[in-house]
Amino acid sequence: MKAPAFDYVKPASVDEALGYLKQYGSGAQVLAGGQSLMAVLNLGLAMPEVLVDITGISGLKDIVVHPDSVRIGALVTHATLQASADVAKYLPLLWQSVPHVAHLAIRNVGTLGGSMALADPAAEYPAVALALKAVITLQGPKGQRQVAADDYFRGLYDTARAEDELLVAVTFPKVKNNQVMVFDELTRRRGDYALCGLAAAFDLQGGKISAARLAYLSMGDTPVLARAAAEALGGKAPTEDTIAAAQAALAQDLAPRGDLHGSAKGKLHWAKVLLARSIRQVGKNV
Amino acid sequence: MSDKRRPISVMVNAERIERPVLVRQHLVDFLREELDLTGSHLGCEHGVCGACQVMVDGQVVRGCLTLAVQTDGKQVQTIEGLSDSGELAPLQEAFFKHNALQCGFCSSGMLITALNIVRHHPDSTREEIRDHISGNFCRCTGYQAIVDAIESVLVKNRATEILGASL
Repeated sequence: MKAPAFDYVKPASVDEALGYLKQYGSGAQVLAGGQSLMAVLNLGLAMPEVLVDITGISGLKDIVVHPDSVRIGALVTHATLQASADVAKYLPLLWQSVPHVAHLAIRNVGTLGGSMALADPAAEYPAVALALKAVITLQGPKGQRQVAADDYFRGLYDTARAEDELLVAVTFPKVKNNQVMVFDELTRRRGDYALCGLAAAFDLQGGKISAARLAYLSMGDTPVLARAAAEALGGKAPTEDTIAAAQAALAQDLAPRGDLHGSAKGKLHWAKVLLARSIRQVGKNV
Repeated sequence: MSDKRRPISVMVNAERIERPVLVRQHLVDFLREELDLTGSHLGCEHGVCGACQVMVDGQVVRGCLTLAVQTDGKQVQTIEGLSDSGELAPLQEAFFKHNALQCGFCSSGMLITALNIVRHHPDSTREEIRDHISGNFCRCTGYQAIVDAIESVLVKNRATEILGASL
């Protein structure tokens, strides 16, 4: 199929882009890497009035290392994240997740900001952002505001970003010495959307898990934080008993819907499998 | 809405192309229908199959997920240009020798991924080759022959590099 007719503008600055977003309102669609958007357009699933191509804006492509965090510009591509020594060193959870994003040609073009703005429930970065308590920077007519990942994801493809705002950066806290990060997902074929995925951040103290943030993808309308399972891990060593207790608690956290990929029961099972694998990974690191 | 056009200036296979393009037209349709470069194939048209791959500024991209208008000011290389340059010849020969194609629909996209491996990942193992080509669908060969072909070029290149250094 072919994309419906739309207009196209390519602003050179954030302010110019914001002008177009204000002018066109809900008719405007921001185009970054376009690796989800172009597919949606070709399939005739969206009919925007105008595409606002932000790839010509300088200043959105930087990875800036701060003392306790790393700020990543919206237009940084998956391939750039994968090749970044800073991301590998300071944000291992994000770095581990990148190879799971589609394929080479798509990673060359797709962006962090695009993934975060679209907020596909099967996408990797939203879950990573939730697990790490990342902060999303939105810029609108009144300036910038910061939104915590916990408050950012609202529903299916729905976020805290208002129509007249642009997502300009995401800031992730650096990994600490006592943390272990594990990203894993299940797919039918390499690069496919995840049937189930888990971004897990574990804090360790004296050989035990002192705290955990377990963010699941493909388990609901948004990335889902498994609070009860994390609670069950608190103060426990990463043993098989601990795994069983956390798995049992997971049913309180997740209520996946059955679909053509699997039944609700099957999906909960996959989530338990990934949880067990991640805790065993912690066991290798204590 | 009426169809909008925008003028672009793009280098395609080292030739300057300047003309207005439909803003909703993706790159593969532009190459095939406006420039008669039919070596890039349109398969799924939503980024899954890889048959439409071209290089933009030296990077492999999906032609169906790129608008023609977005290539303004950029360099596009298609299978035609890369073949003419001679750089693809060893891979093309290896694909032929190893029976790494049957119908040929995936071959241009597959060869562009293969060239990217030769250029940037010359030490790839078979498993890594499989990972790199995982975004290109082939419905004829079962992939084994494609991995064989790409591996044979990498092996040859590595040997040439060592011999070249000792001579």
